[in-house]
Amino acid sequence: MPEGYLPIFALGLFAAIFAVAVLGLAKLVRPSAPGEVKQEAYECGIRAVSDSRGRYTVRFYVVAILFVIFDVETIFLFPWAVYYRQLGWFGVAEVAVFLAILIVGYIWAYKKGALEWI
Amino acid sequence: MSEFYTSVDHFALVPALMLALFGCAVLLFDFFVFPAPRQRKWLILFLALGIGFAALGLVRQYMFLSSEGLAEFTAFRGALTIDGFAIFFNGIFLAASLIVALVSYRYLEIEGEHHGEYYGLILLANCGMYFLATGTDLVTLFVGLELMAVCFYIMVGFLRFDKRSNEAAIKYLLLGAFSSGFLAYGFSVMYGLAGSTRLGDITAALAARSAWDPLVFLALATTAVGLFFKVSVVPFHMWAPDAYEGAPTTVTAYLSVASKAASFAFLVRIFLGPLISAREVWQPLLAAVAVATLTVGNLAAVTQTNVKRLLAYSSISHAGYVLLGLVAGNPTGIKGIAVYLLVYTFMNLGAFLVLVALRRRDILGEELEDLSGLMHKSPVHAVLMLIFLLSLAGIPPTAGFIAKYYIFWALIQAREYVLAAIAAAYVAVAIYYYFRIVRSMFVSEAADREPLASSFGLRLALGVTGLLTVAIGVYPEPWLALAQNSVLLR
Repeated sequence: MPEGYLPIFALGLFAAIFAVAVLGLAKLVRPSAPGEVKQEAYECGIRAVSDSRGRYTVRFYVVAILFVIFDVETIFLFPWAVYYRQLGWFGVAEVAVFLAILIVGYIWAYKKGALEWI
Repeated sequence: MSEFYTSVDHFALVPALMLALFGCAVLLFDFFVFPAPRQRKWLILFLALGIGFAALGLVRQYMFLSSEGLAEFTAFRGALTIDGFAIFFNGIFLAASLIVALVSYRYLEIEGEHHGEYYGLILLANCGMYFLATGTDLVTLFVGLELMAVCFYIMVGFLRFDKRSNEAAIKYLLLGAFSSGFLAYGFSVMYGLAGSTRLGDITAALAARSAWDPLVFLALATTAVGLFFKVSVVPFHMWAPDAYEGAPTTVTAYLSVASKAASFAFLVRIFLGPLISAREVWQPLLAAVAVATLTVGNLAAVTQTNVKRLLAYSSISHAGYVLLGLVAGNPTGIKGIAVYLLVYTFMNLGAFLVLVALRRRDILGEELEDLSGLMHKSPVHAVLMLIFLLSLAGIPPTAGFIAKYYIFWALIQAREYVLAAIAAAYVAVAIYYYFRIVRSMFVSEAADREPLASSFGLRLALGVTGLLTVAIGVYPEPWLALAQNSVLLR
């Protein structure tokens, strides 16, 4: 086993022991007085109006997925922009291929009506 | 061309490029060139064109290898390796894609689903398979695997208004993602041991360690779990019957042959590449998994009444036979794996194609009763189904016999007599459940009078698979020569 990992294991072990010890000690020392008010999500805040697990339209999900795709696209464009000069025309070609594939997906989503709200 | 993309790189990439290009084009052509429902069949022609170009690229690679007398050549600094193995398996994938696309038109019409996405996904999944068979770099292999798997997740759930299809897709997605996690973990351990993602470097790094080194074992165990999920062997087979039953029948056919062949190509590359030095560890492990797979696959198939589910269990048991080829581990065994997967592709596709033909407007056609009296209703389909089932059971003169023959011969050469005996015993069980279908087709009365679905593509695909199932059995030499060329062990 590589010895270099020993501090990491020691840290994990210490964290586990510390957490169990502190919680256990608190359990022994603290008074127990459960009440209905204490079970609320915001005990000292605004009174909850309804359950947070409501239903909302599935369209948000399509928009969210489209957002993720183009978000990831920008993540890939950043390193290219930083090394733009070194990569030269090869980099431009690579990014063009990458964008072309994404644009095919974009056109497909557009024609399928993913961007229309109703 | 630049130093990152040489002409050799391009030469190695052409089939994948063609598949990706035509895959994207089919998606767009669905809107812009062939928008009317009547023009949809041109999409299949376009898909066939893409597969044709990819096949041309493969043939040119093959000609190059044989004219230069090379065993292989690498591209992208060793990330892709074009050898007989890669070309052989890619040929199988392209044939399976084309056959499945041919029969899908009529099926999608009956189900009332979209066409463009379906054909696009077939081409893109095939593109992923290309990288599974040619990749010799962990990252390339993993991306190829995910490209294939994601396309299959979507295709399994392609019947959007069918609860079973949705359920199958969710199950397949969750278990598939879980197994990919295992595989990625195994890959990370391999990378940690070798400091490189190239399979050649990892082979060297693992060979420098003892086979019983705990880190090597960790890499072996996690990678094996991931791979076993993908080829659906016991105890990682649970997703297969549900996914196969719920998926559209054409997708089930594609999933059961192309995905399985690609995953086996991947598995063989990993086990005979980086993990070869730990062979004394994985050989008994694989033997145990193979026997468990044969047992569960064959015994569970006996009680099934849904034919798709029955064929799913039968395909699990076939995976067990293929694993036995790797357990034997000699050149005959590796050649046997190639022959087995080639034969299995055509006979299993054929059996599912008959089920595709049984799907009509109001009849699902996947229960055992739906096949009853097929002989009186459509003798051609009944006889073809009989040929496919005989082949699946491994009875001469069909191709299935040649496939099993090589696996058994390899086991006997490796002096694994017990394994050979167990494998042979399960053939008897297999004959029993395959003949339940045969009895239903030939002895029982017909359940309905509705004629079977038919189209030019369906007739052509059934004809080709039937012909090949018989032809490989009767005259196997050219196919064996092809398989011989694909043996990785040297």
